Amino acid sequence: MVGLRTSSKKTLKGQLVSAEETTTEVADVEVDRTVDVIKEPVPMEIADEDLVFKASDLSVFYGDFRAVRNVDMRIKRNEITALIGPSGCGKSTVLRSFNRMNDLIPTARVEGELLYQGVDLYDERVDPVEVRRRIGMVFQKPNPFPKSIYDNVAYGPRVAGRKKGLDDVVESSLKKAALWEEVKDRLNDSAIGLSGGQQQRLSIARAIAVDPEVLLMDEPCSALDPIATARIEELMAEIKDEYTILIVTHNMQQAARVSDRTGFFSVEVDEENDRRTGLLVEYTTTEKLFSNPDDERTENYITGRFG
Amino acid sequence: MANISIPPTLVGSARRERPTIESLAGPRSRARKEKFIRSIFFSAALVSIAISALIVISLVREASVFIFEIEWAQTWGQNGWFPRTGTYDMPTLLVSSLIVTVVAMLVAGPLGLGSAIYLSEYASRRTRAFLKPVLEVLAGVPSVVLGFFALFFISPQVIERIGRNGWWVIGAVMVVVYVLLVGGWARRLVKRDIETPIAVQLKRVATLTVLVATGLVLIWWVNNVAGSSDVASPDFFSVKRSGQLAAAAVGVGILTIPLVASVSEDALASVPDELRTASAGLGARKFTTTVQVVLPAAVSGIVAAFIIGISRALGETMVVFMAGGAADAAQFTSSPFDGGLTMTAGMASLATGTDNVVGEGLTFQSLYFVGLVLFVLTLALNIAAGRFVSRVREQY
Amino acid sequence: MALTTVGGASNATRRVEDEIFRRGRDLKGTSFRSLMLSALGVSILILIVLIVDVFVDGWSVLSTRLPDFITGTLRSQSSSDALGISQGLLGSLWIAVFVTVLSFPIGVAAAIYLEEYAPRNLLTKTIDIAIRNLAGVPSVVYGLLGLFLFVQTNNGNSTLYAGGITLAILVLPIVVITSAEAIRAVPSSLRQGAYGVGATKWDVIRTQILPFAAPGILTGSLLSLSRAVGEAAPLILVGAITGRLAPRGGSFVSLDQLGDRFTAMPIVIVGWVQESGRDPGFAAAAGAAIVVLLALVVMMNSVAVTLRNYFENKRG
Repeated sequence: MVGLRTSSKKTLKGQLVSAEETTTEVADVEVDRTVDVIKEPVPMEIADEDLVFKASDLSVFYGDFRAVRNVDMRIKRNEITALIGPSGCGKSTVLRSFNRMNDLIPTARVEGELLYQGVDLYDERVDPVEVRRRIGMVFQKPNPFPKSIYDNVAYGPRVAGRKKGLDDVVESSLKKAALWEEVKDRLNDSAIGLSGGQQQRLSIARAIAVDPEVLLMDEPCSALDPIATARIEELMAEIKDEYTILIVTHNMQQAARVSDRTGFFSVEVDEENDRRTGLLVEYTTTEKLFSNPDDERTENYITGRFG
Repeated sequence: MANISIPPTLVGSARRERPTIESLAGPRSRARKEKFIRSIFFSAALVSIAISALIVISLVREASVFIFEIEWAQTWGQNGWFPRTGTYDMPTLLVSSLIVTVVAMLVAGPLGLGSAIYLSEYASRRTRAFLKPVLEVLAGVPSVVLGFFALFFISPQVIERIGRNGWWVIGAVMVVVYVLLVGGWARRLVKRDIETPIAVQLKRVATLTVLVATGLVLIWWVNNVAGSSDVASPDFFSVKRSGQLAAAAVGVGILTIPLVASVSEDALASVPDELRTASAGLGARKFTTTVQVVLPAAVSGIVAAFIIGISRALGETMVVFMAGGAADAAQFTSSPFDGGLTMTAGMASLATGTDNVVGEGLTFQSLYFVGLVLFVLTLALNIAAGRFVSRVREQY
Repeated sequence: MALTTVGGASNATRRVEDEIFRRGRDLKGTSFRSLMLSALGVSILILIVLIVDVFVDGWSVLSTRLPDFITGTLRSQSSSDALGISQGLLGSLWIAVFVTVLSFPIGVAAAIYLEEYAPRNLLTKTIDIAIRNLAGVPSVVYGLLGLFLFVQTNNGNSTLYAGGITLAILVLPIVVITSAEAIRAVPSSLRQGAYGVGATKWDVIRTQILPFAAPGILTGSLLSLSRAVGEAAPLILVGAITGRLAPRGGSFVSLDQLGDRFTAMPIVIVGWVQESGRDPGFAAAAGAAIVVLLALVVMMNSVAVTLRNYFENKRG
């Protein structure tokens, strides 16, 4: 623990390196996130079997343009990890590279290493379809398909070739997404008729219907009112025991409320050609990031002095 | 917080075995299937390249025979297009094509652009929803119908009734003013000062159109209602009966109206509403906004609409073939009131003979030579129009 | 004194009101507006005059013997009781079949490739340019292609399949362009949502893109079908005018007809218009045939346009 305190004063890179060095020593440290007032930060070390993602020196390019550079992150199982930062800092880009959604943009390209439970996600043998079945995604704007509620939830299992037991999957997914009670009597109605908050929970139900291990959420509440937002946040806390969740949010309070760890991204502007590249400034436990950040830029951002 | 019971069908994420590179690679059959489907779509897309290549090959192959074997010294200035007897005078076809295109655009330009401006800037949603489909019906009228209409209605009821000289005066006035307008516009485009003068020019166009319309009504009235057949003496007013280039050209123009209208309307619609709002916010009237803000902003697209219209008029076959007043050969003419053959009509009439194109010597090849000339001309026009269209897209 | 002030003030007030409520006539604006309206009005008037003229010309046939006219055949005398358009209808029906079987699948598939698969490279750009330029090639040039590909290779015999394939090629770019537009209108959120739960590209196309784009694709297909049915120039080039399609083996439609000489509705009309110089009765027959053709084409177009407007409104 003491070692951690010292390491956290180093640069971000140094901190991660030291964290790696000390992994074995503190592997059995219990992560207790129920403590309300945290004086001591949760340790950054993650045991190998709990390590879901390990990004090393990850950069994402659009054509020649480097959108995000040199991201180093380790994501722990059954935790909620928040990515925050000003707009244009590449947090969504990083999130999308975690289940290869960036592949849909023809010019997008990833450099560096991204390991998912030890497997290189960008190995040429890897099929992005398989990746996305294990790593689901919820988008910024609710995007229900123009089909019935039932067909929306059953969509993923169906394209995965599942034909039997769809009723059970739909029911349990909707229950997990805390939507079942509201829609159980009108499963065959069009999903377009649901409210924004319901649509977003439907999107979550749709994502968990394929039984993923990880949920990536790209500003899932940005189009919702405060009540619907609170409902989604509650939901995230409920399902966290089963899934590893990464959430991108522009809302610092939200990150502070829901997440265990937080990564702060910032932008650096190349004066010569006015290009903006995002970078990960600081990645640590949420408690530490919001109470005692190491980096001045983080401090400025969370205290609202960000320029 | 609601009590949620999770059925045993779904368990936590621990149920999945750790991924390996093999499990993330997915089943090979799926990859194969996806690849196969992709290749089907890909080959469908390649068909268009194959067609383009075949068109060029067929045109060039036959046309080159014509180009290399014809004695060019003999062909130029032979005063007529008589392919079956070996008289291939290209100017005969080219001048007729030019006449038809110019007259067609005199009809389609103002009517198409005016319709577009009304639909885009003035019409209410409901009027638009009703009137636009009507224009689209006009766009769907087959060209043989316009051929019939040009021959049996436009020619006797419009062209002949107003008469050769009446048309000459009106046509000359219109051409001169349009040339002046376009010239002035082009000069200002070069000088990059395209804002203010358009209002003035449109006013001129408006005045001119009203004048021309009045003139037309007047002449028609003099010729027909005032009814003195003495005035319409045959050698002074008469035009070639049973079709002439002018009637065909008006028919072609009618066919071209919807095209000019829809491309212009797209251009007007692509002008962002902020410009209109900003102009209105400065206290400009609708007229000022339309003429000084919207039209200049859409000018590239409108130019594209005219070029596409020209290309369409140049390529139109059946109307001229049916109403152009020439069977399968034509004397050289530079008058819209004579019968004539455009490039397209020349090709069609050559193909309709009983001997089925297999005429003497280079007759068959001449067909492809004319086709190649037409192809190159329309291609150049379409490429130019494409440039203008993409300029609009870049702007907004 | 007081009166003048009041008078002056009310004058000013009225001026301002005039200005605001536009009581002062905006002559320029009004005349411009009505000029633009008259352009549209003239265009529509022409359409009405055209339809009336065709009806009037064809009335003597339409009013007396429409059923016989539809089942009748091509004759050398316009006075013949058996004169009719059955061969033209049959030929046009065959052309519609060719377009449906060839242009629709190939065109939609090409559009899917261009919108969903095509990488940004030189080949894609070439395909795109090829399609755009093909759409602008005059129809008569397609006739030259058909003549070169199918007639010259067949000892100069013009056959039904030559005309059918030529017209299918002619409308292919229209099908591709309209389908591509319909596919482009599919919101990317649907694609992303589907990919996000592990759908393959084919899954996304099959379950999201095609259902959503179907109305647009159908509209474009119907428009291109009506274009093909009304097209005459390429058919003249491939030699349809001298052809006569006759029922074979007792049935009106038969696959054996594919190798026969043929005609089509627009060609019948052209032929009769030309004959009308010799035998004026053919003008009425041509008018009647046009009414039938227009009914077919306008019907297809209206269905297409209505369909498109319906779905546009539905989606807001």
